[in-house]
Amino acid sequence: MPCRIEVALKRGQRDALGARTAQRIHQDLGYEVLKVRCVDVFTVDAALDVDDLTTLAAAIADPVVCEWSVERPLARGFDWLVEVGFRPGVTDNVGRTSTESARLLLSDRWPTGARIHTSRQYLLSGELVRSEVEAIAIGLLCNPLIQQFRVLDRQTFESDGGFVAQVPTVAQHEVPAVETVSLDLSDDALLVLSKERTWALSLEEMQAIRDHFATPTVVARRAKAGLPAEPTDLEIEVYAQTWSEHCKHKIFNAFIRYYEPGREREDIDSVFKTYVRGATSKVRAALGQQDFCLSVFVDNAGVWKLDDEWNLVFKVETHNSPSALDPYGGALTGIVGVNRDSVATGQGARLFCNTDVFCLASPKHEGDLPPRLLHPRRILEGVREGVEHGGNKSGIPTVNGSLVFDERFLGKPLVFCGTGGIMPKEVAGKPSHAKQAEAGDLIVMVGGRIGKDGIHGATFSSEELHEGSPATAVQIGDPITQKRAVDFLLRARDEGLMSSMTDNGAGGLSSSVGEMAEGPGGARIDLQKAPLKYAGLAPWEIYLSEAQERMTAAVPETSIGRFLDMAREMDVEATVLGHFNNSGELEIRYGDELVGLFDLPFLHGGVPQMKLEARHKVVDESDPSYEAHGDLTSVLSSLLGRLNVCSKEYWVRQYDHEVQGGSVIKPLCGVSNSGPSDAAVVRPVLESMRGVAVGHGLCPRYSDIDAYHMAACAVDEAVRNVVAVGADPDKIAALDNFCWCDPVKSKANPDGDYKLAQLVRANKALYEVCVAYGVPLVSGKDSMKNDYAIGDTRISIPPTLLVTAIGILDDAQLAVTMDAKRAGDAVYVVGVTYPDLGGSEYYAHLGLSGGAVPKLREPAATKQTYRLLHRAMKARLVSSCHDLSDGGLGVALAECAFAGGLGLVVDLREVPSSTELRDDALLFSETPGRFVVTVPQSAARAFEIVLGEMARQVGFVSEDKRLVLSGQSGEAVVDADIFELEAAWKKPLWF
Amino acid sequence: MARSIRVIVLTGNGINCEMETAHAARLAGADQVDIVYLWDFASGKANLAHYDFLCLPGGFLDGDDLGSARACAIRMRHTMTPSGRLFDQIRRFVADGGLVLGICNGFQLMVKLGLLPSLGGDPGSQQVTLTWNDSGRFEDRWVHLAVDPESPCVFTRGLSQLELPVRHGEGKIVCGEFASVETLLERRLVPLFYIDPATGRATTDYPANPNGSSHGMAALCDPTGRILGLMPHPEAYLHRTNHPQWTRAELPVQGDGLALFKNAIEHLRSGQ
Repeated sequence: MPCRIEVALKRGQRDALGARTAQRIHQDLGYEVLKVRCVDVFTVDAALDVDDLTTLAAAIADPVVCEWSVERPLARGFDWLVEVGFRPGVTDNVGRTSTESARLLLSDRWPTGARIHTSRQYLLSGELVRSEVEAIAIGLLCNPLIQQFRVLDRQTFESDGGFVAQVPTVAQHEVPAVETVSLDLSDDALLVLSKERTWALSLEEMQAIRDHFATPTVVARRAKAGLPAEPTDLEIEVYAQTWSEHCKHKIFNAFIRYYEPGREREDIDSVFKTYVRGATSKVRAALGQQDFCLSVFVDNAGVWKLDDEWNLVFKVETHNSPSALDPYGGALTGIVGVNRDSVATGQGARLFCNTDVFCLASPKHEGDLPPRLLHPRRILEGVREGVEHGGNKSGIPTVNGSLVFDERFLGKPLVFCGTGGIMPKEVAGKPSHAKQAEAGDLIVMVGGRIGKDGIHGATFSSEELHEGSPATAVQIGDPITQKRAVDFLLRARDEGLMSSMTDNGAGGLSSSVGEMAEGPGGARIDLQKAPLKYAGLAPWEIYLSEAQERMTAAVPETSIGRFLDMAREMDVEATVLGHFNNSGELEIRYGDELVGLFDLPFLHGGVPQMKLEARHKVVDESDPSYEAHGDLTSVLSSLLGRLNVCSKEYWVRQYDHEVQGGSVIKPLCGVSNSGPSDAAVVRPVLESMRGVAVGHGLCPRYSDIDAYHMAACAVDEAVRNVVAVGADPDKIAALDNFCWCDPVKSKANPDGDYKLAQLVRANKALYEVCVAYGVPLVSGKDSMKNDYAIGDTRISIPPTLLVTAIGILDDAQLAVTMDAKRAGDAVYVVGVTYPDLGGSEYYAHLGLSGGAVPKLREPAATKQTYRLLHRAMKARLVSSCHDLSDGGLGVALAECAFAGGLGLVVDLREVPSSTELRDDALLFSETPGRFVVTVPQSAARAFEIVLGEMARQVGFVSEDKRLVLSGQSGEAVVDADIFELEAAWKKPLWF
Repeated sequence: MARSIRVIVLTGNGINCEMETAHAARLAGADQVDIVYLWDFASGKANLAHYDFLCLPGGFLDGDDLGSARACAIRMRHTMTPSGRLFDQIRRFVADGGLVLGICNGFQLMVKLGLLPSLGGDPGSQQVTLTWNDSGRFEDRWVHLAVDPESPCVFTRGLSQLELPVRHGEGKIVCGEFASVETLLERRLVPLFYIDPATGRATTDYPANPNGSSHGMAALCDPTGRILGLMPHPEAYLHRTNHPQWTRAELPVQGDGLALFKNAIEHLRSGQ
């Protein structure tokens, strides 16, 4: 008989979580509640006597501030009660921890396998009706996809005596039998089958699999192995996963015919090979002896040299579809997932920083939401909490990020999560960046257990959710189980116990074992040995499950004893599932039964290349005509308050950005620790002064005019950000993350060929700027189906390229922040301003579209400017440096001033520009390649000698706390109190 | 010849500040600094008897799933080592004159294990608690702290003011019937207070006091002064580049946080 323990704060103790919930009910949903109090419920699914339950309750509850009860409700003094618990099979971290505590407390008296499940009661006081309470439950307290709730009014609660204990267990089934799938079907029937089973395989791919199984050698091999002629369910699921867009990047590898008006057709055999890998090859060749790349595009993350002793590792991932449905779980698994990627690179890396970039619709969105979409405000709060838990609990500082707003992200929010790692150049006598499973090595699964979590995750974005199968749809991460596993794996690494490891992300074991088997040339595994969360999983589900916190390691026979002993001592589950061999085949068993047999070359190389057409349009860059606003001070103030410009301090403070002790430039800087840093600087090795700068660039709005310039500006912005804080422009590596709307033309997606042309153009720009800048791409990822299409509503995101730049500072003490430092310093503008207002925040503020998109005109010359600026920084000539991005020069000057608590007096006529520009254009143009720099008077001459024509003094820092900008007329066109500007900048996103 | 000082820094199970805490101990002059997994006590590989100074670093022990450090307090009370209960090993270490420094989550663990403030009564029973910040939020921000010069705390000896970061969601000290605020203040067991930098006085006002702790209490020590728990992170300010305003202020190369570790090493070297 299950029973309930309840824990609540004693009367008189402040219920901070309840108070915060009440505030959000009011702010987010507009309901008035007088008070919210919380009660934590532990449903103990074990036959225990009252004494043991009492012992447990007294240990769980804080004796100073909490009261507790056994089988007696604590709720009182409320009008409505909402109890929220998890659905069956959903990860319940508090439940797991309390179960472990119960086992320790009660030792033998705790029944083997017994579990505790948790739920939370919200006691609402206020004049509400049931429908309002249910709206609060669904709108804030409960995500029905992973949770369930019950509502009681006070009368019913009193007459019923509260709730009866209920346990959310997954119904236990027999292991489903392995089925075979007939592919001897018409083309139409093949396509229907692919769609019905959510394989997301195209007709060509279905035919390729069918033909493979009809090959005489395959037929004979299967007969000999005792397998049916037709593929098993496991086999076809493995093809669907391995060949999915998510895993195989079929669009990036497609053969594309690219048409551009007025130009000859261009044939591109894979944009990935041509532009992404192509850029890196060209940069590496040009670097020659100075090439710092070690392992790029082959492992889970890119690896390059930090210095003679250490290697850097970096990876950035997206987790868009899961975050749309469950923002908390989606972002949390996004972070812990990319953490596993970087850990499981080469011989294994220690993680030293996280980054996160969210693209969302306005949290102030009003109006109806299309079905299945969550309000952006809820997504924002959910992803924030997900990253907070994922990053903070893993002990990895979140050092850099962005929030980018555009209404089209309502259809699909973008959640980018990145992780940097570091490893010694050599580990246990071997180069750390290389790894290779050897024939004979054992296949060991380490970490969490397998459930139905995230099955079909690789094709999930196109899937309609099934009623009643929520446990398979989204997942919640468990950072502590993962932290324990990572602690263990790094210790095993240092003892040289593994040949290789990789994470279990999309595709689970199928992906990790399938990839690792390529090196030795074969593997054999028994799925019956895999530890499960609950019984009843079919073999294919075990193999494909994306349950979190799992790694696969290749461990030599000679080390396995020590490896398993160490795992046991560190309370980490590690299970031998099979071994690698050189048979050329991947053999999957379930106990004695053979359930899948794969020819490795066909599995990895058999997918037919897609053939696509891309059609670019004539770009119209004529600017709309409009009257300049008479009061540029008020325009500047409004721009500072725009969502894409304003302070993000509320988020930044909720992420631990200093853990590990190497923080040098924090996300917030300046006289009151709240100015917006351009990039982070971290010392990953505390004994060394070597600094790593982490920055990023993205400008999705520019795609509306030309995705080429969107991409060029994104690369420049990322590089410029790290240069601004002091990184050496000749030692920068970058990562590309493409998030696109569906670029495959179809009836439902008639302009798919244009979206593909945008993708081609973005790649061309990525190539050209990376080559000109000498910045190799070391890792990247793409996510191609970021559209919402239900009923008549279709929302496509603006094509978005996130570029993450990682730079190196030989001496972190030469880092520079963006805040003005001293009155009397000279103010310089570096770089030339053009009238680039298309896609700008200024135009968006005026409600204008079109116009001349910002362009990086001479990348080679710009790179040279960055070198000169860096030389000036190394000579300690620079007090502050701030890059110009959203909102242009006006916003950058204002930020530099209020972050420093000082005024600036600037003559706009001195700002280097292409032609004489109107004051508003000069102030708000978003031309890339520019900085605002302040320089001590004593260093001004030296600075000018170093920068030459690339910098011009435009004014000086003043004691007077005002921003005074005089325009073409010589009169002040902006004259504002810096604290008022700061207030306008801080106000919008503060909850 | 001065005696050799051996420091043990715990890790594992969600602890995540072990690296910088060990770095602090080394910079402060410890002769031997070992980062030891919690699990290594059960197997007998680690034993506190071999050390002089125990550091319990920050982190999220067991994910703080039952409230900060509570599940780990249960774990430590029930962990058996080859020579008996781990908790007894810790109490013996304390009784034998060892120093203990708990930072953030380590402080929360000490409070929940009853190691602080340790005012007598049933040993190992929890007397105060650390609970949710008034804001209900985790926050990372720098705070100004004043030292109580009359405190018996050996870690803060000779110090007057410090700047350090806090990074916590549950940092508000709440006293119970066993140990009132008045008793703690009277017995000078509050060595550090959050202060308003403008006035230099202890404050309960956000954000100078990040969690709403009464009287601005930021730390607790035991009556011997050898056990200190604090919410701010001294190991996060060891070098001037850790300070949020190092690019605009003249600061000593050595960060404020190192002084606490130096005092501890100094005490051990000179004391016995």
